[in-house]
Amino acid sequence: MMRFAIAVLAAVLSVAALADGQRAGASRVAMPTIKIEKGEACVAPTGDMRRNHMKYLLHQRDRTVHEGLREPRFSLKQCIDCHADRATGSVLGENGFCASCHAYAAVKLDCFECHTPLRETGAGAAAMRKAAKAR
Amino acid sequence: MSPDRRQFLAWGSAAAAGAALAPGLRLIELVQARSPEAAASALERWGLLIDIAKCSDCDVCVSACNEENGLSGHGRPQTDAHWIRKVELRDKRTGYAQALPLMCQHCAEPPCVDVCPTGASFKRDDGIVLVDKHICIGCRYCVMACPYGARTFVHEALSGQKPDVPRGKGTVESCTLCVQRVDRGETPACVQACNRDGASAMLFGDLNDDASEIHRRLRSEPSRQLRADLALNTGVRYQGL
Repeated sequence: MMRFAIAVLAAVLSVAALADGQRAGASRVAMPTIKIEKGEACVAPTGDMRRNHMKYLLHQRDRTVHEGLREPRFSLKQCIDCHADRATGSVLGENGFCASCHAYAAVKLDCFECHTPLRETGAGAAAMRKAAKAR
Repeated sequence: MSPDRRQFLAWGSAAAAGAALAPGLRLIELVQARSPEAAASALERWGLLIDIAKCSDCDVCVSACNEENGLSGHGRPQTDAHWIRKVELRDKRTGYAQALPLMCQHCAEPPCVDVCPTGASFKRDDGIVLVDKHICIGCRYCVMACPYGARTFVHEALSGQKPDVPRGKGTVESCTLCVQRVDRGETPACVQACNRDGASAMLFGDLNDDASEIHRRLRSEPSRQLRADLALNTGVRYQGL
């Protein structure tokens, strides 16, 4: 009888532990927030953008800095304008379009050490004015 | 010579004749805003002409530059960013003092470009000397090489940059001749502020365009380059020095 009680207790505990483990497993990885704020379609198909956006940005950056070509298609400013969160005006932050996916993929994001992550209109403009005042 | 080639040359000479009817009179105006799809061209060379006699005791050019480019200080003049600054010159014997705005002189033969080990310091085709901060490693050779002390280093992490003027820790920076405004067909912020203030000590234009005001004045009035002995062929010229 005693042995049976111990077996039942052990079974209950292990099931509880398993369920606990599953819950923890689900919340351990933060899934990226992919919220498209503006526009029907991006400048290239989604799969292409996910795989190659860094190459497009790198290519455009050299064209802009060295040749003075400010084409809007792959410009970082245009990325930010569509993808910045409407509440914070930024592509960074917890639910930021760039930051959340880069956190998920564990890839360091260097752009915004120099470039502003804020869009020029709406909440981004307000945050920019605040930053200018703090300067 | 094939007829095609002959025909082509005839068209070419007709086009050349049409483009410049007489000195200073053109059917096609050279100075205009480029479209975003047109690259900076070596046909142009952007420059400044600064008349010291008209430069008054103000610093609107400096504050306009700081505002346009989002420059901020930490209250440490030794290391703070200065893209343009007012420099006072004093004759030691007579005590006669003059103040002039000093910034990157946008040399045709820039020493900062010669010494850069990564190619980050470069001259754009239209004569504007820039730093590509993506490839700048912050070695500061260019800061040492510049005879005008025009370049500064960003020592501390920054935030709140302007969308058109990215700046970051660990890179060198200097006057860009407001390249973001020039690409839109506007004049640099310092020139606009100086003209708005009524002083009109600064003139911006295309040194290669013989129809431009800056070309006309450089042609007809005396002007000087700073440290002309270095033969750098500066894009910024001074009068009344």
